[in-house]
Amino acid sequence: MSVHNTLPRRQRSVLGLVAAWLADLFRHDKAGFLGLVSVVFFVGLAVLGPLVVPEPGKPDVTKIYQPPSLEHPLGTDYEGRDVLTQVLRGGRSIILVAVLAALLSTAIAITFGSLAAYLGGAVDSVTGLVTDVVLTVPQFPLLVVLSAFVKLDRPWLLALLIGLLSWPTLLRAVRAQVLSLKEREYVEAARALGLSTFHILFREILPNMAPYIVMSFTIGVTAAMYAQVGLYFLGLAPLAGENWGIMLNLAWIRGAIFFKNSVLYILAPVLAIALLQLSLVTAARSLEGLFNPRLRES
Amino acid sequence: MRRSLNEPVLSVRDLVIQYEGAGGVVQAVRGVHFDLAPDESLAVIGESGCGKTTLGLALMGLLPKSARIVAGQILYRTRDGRVTDVVRLSGRELRDFRWKECAMVFQGALNAFNPVLKIWDQVLDTAGAHGLHDRTRVREQCERLLRLVQLDPGRVLQSYPHELSGGMRQRVMIALSLLLEPRLVIYDEPTTALDILTQRAIIEVLRSLRQELGFAMVFISHDLPLAAELADRVATMYAGRIVELAPVRDLFYRPRHPYTRGLLRAVPPVSGPLTTVASIPGSPPSLAELPPGCSFAPRCELATDRCRSDDPPLCMVGADHWSACHYWSAVSLDRRTERLGGASHA
Amino acid sequence: MPEPLLELHGVSVHFRRGRTLLRAVEEVSFCLELGDVLCLVGESGSGKTTLGRVAAGLLRPTSGSVRYRGQDVWHLPANAFRSFRRAVQIVHQDPYASLNPIRTVEDTLVAPLLHHRIARNRVDAVERAARLLELVDLVPPEQFLPKYPHQLSGGQRQRVSIARALTVGPELIVADEATSMVDVSIRVSLLHTLRRLREELGVAFLFITHDLAMAKYFAWQGRIAVLYLGRVVELGPTPSVIGHPLHPYTQALLAAIPEPDPDLTRQKAKLLLRSLDIPSLANLPSGCPFHPRCLHFVAGLCDVERPLLDAVDGQRAVACHIVQQERTGSDALQSRREAPTSGNDERLSLERG
Repeated sequence: MSVHNTLPRRQRSVLGLVAAWLADLFRHDKAGFLGLVSVVFFVGLAVLGPLVVPEPGKPDVTKIYQPPSLEHPLGTDYEGRDVLTQVLRGGRSIILVAVLAALLSTAIAITFGSLAAYLGGAVDSVTGLVTDVVLTVPQFPLLVVLSAFVKLDRPWLLALLIGLLSWPTLLRAVRAQVLSLKEREYVEAARALGLSTFHILFREILPNMAPYIVMSFTIGVTAAMYAQVGLYFLGLAPLAGENWGIMLNLAWIRGAIFFKNSVLYILAPVLAIALLQLSLVTAARSLEGLFNPRLRES
Repeated sequence: MRRSLNEPVLSVRDLVIQYEGAGGVVQAVRGVHFDLAPDESLAVIGESGCGKTTLGLALMGLLPKSARIVAGQILYRTRDGRVTDVVRLSGRELRDFRWKECAMVFQGALNAFNPVLKIWDQVLDTAGAHGLHDRTRVREQCERLLRLVQLDPGRVLQSYPHELSGGMRQRVMIALSLLLEPRLVIYDEPTTALDILTQRAIIEVLRSLRQELGFAMVFISHDLPLAAELADRVATMYAGRIVELAPVRDLFYRPRHPYTRGLLRAVPPVSGPLTTVASIPGSPPSLAELPPGCSFAPRCELATDRCRSDDPPLCMVGADHWSACHYWSAVSLDRRTERLGGASHA
Repeated sequence: MPEPLLELHGVSVHFRRGRTLLRAVEEVSFCLELGDVLCLVGESGSGKTTLGRVAAGLLRPTSGSVRYRGQDVWHLPANAFRSFRRAVQIVHQDPYASLNPIRTVEDTLVAPLLHHRIARNRVDAVERAARLLELVDLVPPEQFLPKYPHQLSGGQRQRVSIARALTVGPELIVADEATSMVDVSIRVSLLHTLRRLREELGVAFLFITHDLAMAKYFAWQGRIAVLYLGRVVELGPTPSVIGHPLHPYTQALLAAIPEPDPDLTRQKAKLLLRSLDIPSLANLPSGCPFHPRCLHFVAGLCDVERPLLDAVDGQRAVACHIVQQERTGSDALQSRREAPTSGNDERLSLERG
């Protein structure tokens, strides 16, 4: 006789789980739900933006620094291009690079942070030393210096650089958490059962840190966005193409700040960045409910 | 006899306490009713989640905000013969009532001290807060009490809490609870988490203190042996109710409730030969979803349909012996001794 | 004669806390055969949990050896060490910390079954997991498999922990206060389950507890080792240690334990101690660690020389000068004097190398 046949379905499917969670979120955590919707909107824009708005705005010297109008809801820039078009298209590279950079730094932090904590000894010492060195290097000035040598015109290069510089804080946090989790009795039991280090780290310990890792990833995305916008704003990365950073740079150096009609032009990329950050953080916080079985069931 | 035994120092009348939270209403105490004579020591025993701690907090007026006293009275007779209902006291009156009339020593007494103040400063603060400002009198009283719990007052009073061991802190706490000469002291798990030898010392201290000072005592514990040591009467609590209340020897030797009998069977004595040990099947019910009828019925071997539909009230079944069981007369305990290793699995 | 299942020989464990050295376990030796029961009884700070972790191969002793079937486990090749690890399983005290909160009972039980290829595939593993749940009296198993730890009671969690230990077919289970945080009414049934496993599966038990009543009940056919400040002070068959304790510390413990019987317990009510203060592990008393609290203390002997655990009769051993003197007269004392502590140090250094 097979016991398995009589067993109830092992777990709800992942899709069902997510659906139930979304419904719960909508009912109990409106802010989280809004944040999530907003993140989906921004990401969708980054992916689909060029499809929705296929053409960059055309320059038109007769329409420089126009106030908002029906034709140009956010006005026009120094060349008479439509600002709304730029805002809609300008998120793509920023978000892409930020996500890549955050993925890289989170992956480095989790892998080496948890290994250092779990294995201890020499691994821990070496990791600690490298972390401290990278941590003491001032990130932004280094990026500035690097930009003098490397042409930061390819998104993945920018992502790589930012990612490689921004893992240390998260690594230290991951290490501290794993250090405390590895003393838990269920981890000791797993050791006694002879389960592999990989299993213990990635099946027993890290899933318990999921909400924390998601939050750190979000903060990583945020930081990478700031770093990029900063580089563009200071003109340290080539001003090719269009993105929120380049918009700010041009608005600044072409003197848009002196035109009352251009308030929305300047504010638009800033607001877009701020709104995206805010929704990222609220959405990440609401994910806790997806990872914690205790919160999931109510 | 110091005081008239006819007038109870504490009368709890049909007390009902609920917790209201996101998960709905939980009845933690469901109609608890008892009297406590001056000089008397009552043990309230039960397992985790039976409502005993909530009861203790209510007696002191220390219930958390989420708890509400839905019905009942906690009548306390003060020295001058006045009767006050603790349930109805305001914040100010409650503070006066605590320590002076009724003191409580918590299980967490180890953390009850402020780590950055010497014991003596904390004693002064406590005394001052209750209008006792005569330093020399406080000092004298305090030294007398510390000597009663077999501590060296000079050393203890000048120490910071971390310089004392767990057992010493617990004894200091016990001594301090008597500083304002309350007529009633409530102890919540007074010896839990202490070593056996320290536990024994505290039991002896409590016993001699009571002989010396004659206060009434309620102690709340999951520990049956402790009740056997210190109680004059014992109340067994299950799912928010007192299911049996009797003088200590009656309760231990002639229990009249199947739950009490189950507890007694589950706790073997250390000395003597191997005795029958059996546990109660199932586990205690959640206070949020109590079964209909007698809440012990699902775990009870005597249960019938009658038990599953009507909840038996607490009835007198002998001299000062109360039980909430339809079939109390069928409950009997025989501690059979067994041959080596032959304990049945019951 | 076949080698014993597990043998601890002269095991010491020292921890460093800042600048102080804590001697958590000092020179402990015992051995266990298949199906044996040994209770380690002691109070907090007696080193019983540390010893349990040493026996389970989770902690390497500072000195001394742990032998599994005759082989020193800390000098085994990785493969053999893993099979030792699997042969000795541990069940922890805290039912709220011993299961991973984000994994279901099924996940918890299936992982080791699949990892060690004990089960052929997931379906087989789930079936085996269900049978293990039945073995620890969690029936019907299909009701428990999909549950998360927070949906189970304390007693049920402990049973899942036991089932998890059984997945790898252990020969010895170290039960570290496995019953002490469970409600009184359920504790005994948990103990019954453990006893049944011992009888049916022939698993040996190292049962660690501070509760002598539980020790008595679980190990009536086995032995008790009483620990005090990291040392075994008395070792012997359970009925005789509880019935006729020899070491003054054991005597004090037994005299002090409150009993669930008003008449019996009120006769006890005495403390066989000179002092209530428990010495710190960082600053152990000289000689016998119990001498500052011992009623039979003899100045110049107990506070100078450390008593060794010596056989009293065939089955019992006590580490007490007074007991030894009474038993064998003064010549035993003479031979004690001829074996100064340096002898121990020599053995320690041998085993370190």
